[in-house]
Amino acid sequence: MANKKQPVSRVLGMEPIEPDVSGSSRINVGTTERIGSVAGGALLATYGLRQGSFGGLLLASLGGFMVYRGASGYCPMNQALGRNTAEPTTPNQVVDSIEITKSLTINKPREAVYAYWRQLENLPRFMFHLSEVRQFDNNRSHWVAKLSDGLLAKTLGTVEWDAEIQEEVENERLVWKSVADARIDNAGEVRFVDAPNGQGTEVHAVIAYRPPAGQLGGAILKLFNPAFEEMIKQDLRRFKQLLETGEITTIEGQPSGRKSEQQSGKKPSSNYAEADKKHESAML
Amino acid sequence: MKALCYNGVGDLRTERVPDPTILNPKDAILRVILSSVCGSDLHLLNGYVPTMREGDIIGHEFMGEVIETGSEVKKIKKGDRVVVCSILGCGECQYCQDTQWSLCDNSNPHAWIPEKAYGDSPAGIFGYSHAFGGYAGSHADYIRVPYADRGCFVIPDGLPDEAAVFASDAMPTGFMAADLADIQPGNVVAIWGCGGVGQMAIQSAFLLGASRVIAIDREADRLRMAKDISGAEVLDFSKVDVQEALREMTGGRGPDRCIDCVGMEAVSEGLDYYYDKTKQFVRLESDRPIVLREAIMACRKGGTVSIIGVYGGLVDSIPMGAAMNKALTFRMGQQHGQRYIPRLLEHLQKGELNSRFMLTHKMSLDEGMKGYDLFNKKETMRVVFAPQ
Repeated sequence: MANKKQPVSRVLGMEPIEPDVSGSSRINVGTTERIGSVAGGALLATYGLRQGSFGGLLLASLGGFMVYRGASGYCPMNQALGRNTAEPTTPNQVVDSIEITKSLTINKPREAVYAYWRQLENLPRFMFHLSEVRQFDNNRSHWVAKLSDGLLAKTLGTVEWDAEIQEEVENERLVWKSVADARIDNAGEVRFVDAPNGQGTEVHAVIAYRPPAGQLGGAILKLFNPAFEEMIKQDLRRFKQLLETGEITTIEGQPSGRKSEQQSGKKPSSNYAEADKKHESAML
Repeated sequence: MKALCYNGVGDLRTERVPDPTILNPKDAILRVILSSVCGSDLHLLNGYVPTMREGDIIGHEFMGEVIETGSEVKKIKKGDRVVVCSILGCGECQYCQDTQWSLCDNSNPHAWIPEKAYGDSPAGIFGYSHAFGGYAGSHADYIRVPYADRGCFVIPDGLPDEAAVFASDAMPTGFMAADLADIQPGNVVAIWGCGGVGQMAIQSAFLLGASRVIAIDREADRLRMAKDISGAEVLDFSKVDVQEALREMTGGRGPDRCIDCVGMEAVSEGLDYYYDKTKQFVRLESDRPIVLREAIMACRKGGTVSIIGVYGGLVDSIPMGAAMNKALTFRMGQQHGQRYIPRLLEHLQKGELNSRFMLTHKMSLDEGMKGYDLFNKKETMRVVFAPQ
């Protein structure tokens, strides 16, 4: 749907933001080599998984890497070695960036909302796909994402990148970009605006990212785009819950009649279970 | 602990499940004393609400004793006898602060599900499908209550459990139906559905100034209670033409206020029932809006239609022309219980509202399926489970 119209960020009056082109959004593996890489990788992965041993797993991960390298057309080793086997006809083949816009209103003063976000180390508390954000200095930071989605996680694994704040207006806006060699080049802007009638603060987040290049890479990530959009919306919802109520709403760990959850779930720790146990043994 | 779990359409089983634990600082754990069936559970049981999962504990209308509180629970304490609002509200978002509790922004951890269908998400509800949060319900020995300070209300001494339990859902829902109808002194009010919510709506309508209440159903027992206990004039729709009767009873004007306490599983004696049932069966329509259509047609010009019976999805053949050209006002929503419960407990204490008569059958959790079968066949007003 988003492709049909102008980006929502324009409606909001936000300037276009383009992630830099670096790292994996370039193609540095030639077509023949890519096909070979995918085929060989798939074979290795299948064989490796059949083994079921540690060595088999190693083979499988190597296979997985080769599939990724072939599918995306980007090989970090080629990049490191300065090797580029891509045909000269595709030197600057860059995939268009994908943009996501999500907004939410938080019933707290703008200063408080901004301050919490600006402390970037706070972000993993509500962005569950981030495992860590480390701030080097006022502008530079290191981000580590763990993707939980099975297929995506297998393709990309842990994704790390450095980001730099390009523009900052206190209590109003933040613009950042990933810096060279990010696995997924990305950039974003967050705006903080007073909501009418003292309803708190509108948070408008625009995130643009460039999928790893190559038709396959782009196609795979486009498939995941609705999931990304949903993920960002959920992140914002948790941000709101945390600021408004001080906790994140959850049902994780509650009882159910599902046997699988009961076996993996925590044992009840409270002592009111004791009375029940007694009751149960009396019945037996 | 023991809990009554959903296992598929029309299949409830009493099972052993782990005890609940405190998961967030504002949680409390209650020992459930009484937990009632509710008409809206039948929508789950009959398969009209998607996103139910096998193993979900159902039940949302309950009272009990606080046995454990999280570190951020300040108002209620261990040992308190409380009734809990069936709908969860965080108390901090804009909607809760405007006392529109059932619109809470934060209490549904699965907000993305209803957002797809409704454009935004309403509040979470205990034991009422994953679209409404997937919270474990109250037909169990124990229950976890998030935002406990907001949802739990201490029951005044002397007020019996059997009356107070309905302050969880049936009473605030019925009261809100009357409140939404914006009843002016002297108004004539027609109410469709004489189940628990309908009974409470009848009594609340009188409390808010109605001069006459006309209640519509076809179950003899329910009509008798509506007449003898709640004080309404009654119409049996299996025996009379409701449109004609309402018009004649109001001097040709029609009722000033019409309240739908039935919702999406309405029945009628006419062809419209089979029309809707068929469309529902082939999934062209998810709800049967028979009562809504009738209320719109019956309502006097310039009147108000208040909808408290639950609708979940799509309806069709709504007489919009009648609504528009008679300048009707529509008001609706899930109950904002936290707004009404303190006042309702007072009304109960003063004897201005009567809820205890609705408890017609008390059963153990082991009789869960049997209880719902009775209720589904309308052979009882309300079955209430007493877990321990």
